[in-house]
Amino acid sequence: MTMTQALNLALDQALAHDERVFLLGEDIADPGASGPTAKLSTKYGVDRVLDTPISEAAIVGAAIGAAMEGFRPVAEIMIMDFIGIAADQIVNHAAKLRFMTGGRTTAPITVRVQVYGGLGTGATHSQSLEAWFMHVPGLKVIVPSTPRDGKGLLTSAIFDDDPCIFVETIRLRGQRGLVPTDPAFAIPLGQADVKRPGTDVTLISYGRAVLDALGAAATLEQEGISAEVLDLRTLVPLDVEAIVESVRRTRRAVVVHDAVRFAGPGAEIASILHSELFGVLEAPVERLGARFVPNPGPSALESQVYPSADRVIAAVQRTLAPATVRAGAHG
Amino acid sequence: MTTDLTVDVSPEVQRRLYELMTLMKAADDRLSKGIASGELVCVYWPSRGQEAIAAAAGVCLREDDRLVTTYRGLHDLIGKGVPLVEIYGEMLGRQVGAARGKGGTMHIARPESGVMLSTGIVGSGPPVAVGLAMAARRLGLDRVTVASFGDGATNTGSFHEAANMAALWDLPVVLVCQNNQYGEMTPTEHTMKIAHVADRAAGYGMPGVRVDGNDPIALVVALTDAVERARSGGGPTLLECVTFRLRGHYFGDPMAYMPEGQLAAASAADPVPRFRARLLEAGNFGELDLDEIERASAAAVEEALATVLAAPATALDELDRDVYADPRNCPA
Ligand SMILES: Cc1ncc(C[n+]2csc(CCOP(=O)(O)OP(=O)(O)O)c2C)c(N)n1
Ligand SMILES: [Mg+2]
Repeated sequence: MTMTQALNLALDQALAHDERVFLLGEDIADPGASGPTAKLSTKYGVDRVLDTPISEAAIVGAAIGAAMEGFRPVAEIMIMDFIGIAADQIVNHAAKLRFMTGGRTTAPITVRVQVYGGLGTGATHSQSLEAWFMHVPGLKVIVPSTPRDGKGLLTSAIFDDDPCIFVETIRLRGQRGLVPTDPAFAIPLGQADVKRPGTDVTLISYGRAVLDALGAAATLEQEGISAEVLDLRTLVPLDVEAIVESVRRTRRAVVVHDAVRFAGPGAEIASILHSELFGVLEAPVERLGARFVPNPGPSALESQVYPSADRVIAAVQRTLAPATVRAGAHG
Repeated sequence: MTTDLTVDVSPEVQRRLYELMTLMKAADDRLSKGIASGELVCVYWPSRGQEAIAAAAGVCLREDDRLVTTYRGLHDLIGKGVPLVEIYGEMLGRQVGAARGKGGTMHIARPESGVMLSTGIVGSGPPVAVGLAMAARRLGLDRVTVASFGDGATNTGSFHEAANMAALWDLPVVLVCQNNQYGEMTPTEHTMKIAHVADRAAGYGMPGVRVDGNDPIALVVALTDAVERARSGGGPTLLECVTFRLRGHYFGDPMAYMPEGQLAAASAADPVPRFRARLLEAGNFGELDLDEIERASAAAVEEALATVLAAPATALDELDRDVYADPRNCPA
């Protein structure tokens, strides 16, 4: 099934099996719904799949309030760029309630957001802002790359006792893959997944960029280079053990993501690797991410902003080059 | 409100309104035809059907008056005098675009025409309009700022905060709500308890006026009043202009969520042919005069499009420009 169908299945099963679950967001009810929430209001009623006004702060705030009373709300922020409007509720309330009240109140909400990058919609409808939320203690941050992971991780997020930011990617909507339909199927948060085993270099990625990593690995194989692709799947909690284990074997790493490279998730990962494996690494960890610019409108420019399989290959080649050549390439 | 053509606006204003409305319609029609056939590639949120509102703003505002609009801004931009080449150029990613093509459809600005912001974020325009109006006052200028937005935008906190501030400080702002009866796929009545957006004005302590958004004359009358109040220190007005989105939310929207017959009824009230019929009836213009205006509008659109298509695509080095005042501030 497609990613959209997998996410729809997770929401459908959660609504079916747990009365505490309800959905709220803009244009999520039929007949206007077209994404993962399509048909759910028809099946479960508009009491459990609520179309809201355009009011992001209140959508998330209301989810928090209901969650404090024991519900499991799944809020949708249509496009990730709009999350700024709800950021106060997420950052100052959802993330901190458990701590500030000594565990007496909690906000186990799920906030589903979509990244629209790659569609030519310009700077305010395209950003991958997951690093913002990695920086806030108390939040969990999840970014699936396959339908199976989408279903398994969304199910876990909904029933997780902490607030989760669940990042969907519009360019992955049509991705197909096998998905277990057993309602109990869930993937624990905080477990990375080896999407392709390898021995010479580890490509660490998540979300859409996993496709670039897999594409690069396939090409590199023809050149006799064996690349392992590690899909993080959740950024918080981060599976440090899996990252370190893989790179200890391959001794080279390239991190690739669609979020802006500067101060992006890759910076944290590279830092962990440099301190954990200082004597083991054959080359500095390479980081690829979006260029440090607001996204441009024209596709020809936008494609310059994001990583690609070719750029991953070039980065791998830099990690394989002898140290003297590498210094030249960087200078 | 019924208006009387002969009493309310002069023949010159009637002509100007028809010129603007036909230009806005022609610009939308040509773009739509091009996207549908694959000739043109861009994202577009059509303004077809909402032309009367933008044309009325066009005749009621001075060049130095400010406008803040949205992604659905083609008509508003034309009304405020942004050259079509800059609009199309921006939508189609050419160097001749308002931002040399890199900002995209949703983000067009042209300060020389008073267009300070087009925003893709629903509700984010009115707070900026408050600041533009504050600046005019501090500068001692009698400029007025119009914020144009949809019905759905009035459900945002930003709208509420801005309306309250504008009223509190008697700012020279006109809040123009283009109520096209939908926000994306959701009918307006599903997202607010009140029937009239204009009723919200009472909560802020400003006048709220509901007007037929497909009647350019009624709009000119209402806008003239609101603009005069703002310019003379009387504070803001919320003007609800009731209209319809004839092409749906985005170009290509199949509009499957619409009840049977709604689009047909709305099309029957299309403001452009309706105004034409009314002008003919009033007798200042004949068929030939109006045909000539339509021809001129269509020709202006073709000329602008030809200029845009002959212009170079947005240069790749635009990526490195305008992130900061000094590009050296960009991390490598
Ligand atoms: C803050 C924010 N939330 C959601 C969206 C997605 N969105 C784009 S247009 C739109 C509907 C806006 O409706 P309205 O204000 O009535 O304007 P219209 O599009 O009808 O002109 C929505 C929800 C957005 N752009 N910004
Ligand atoms: Mg609307």
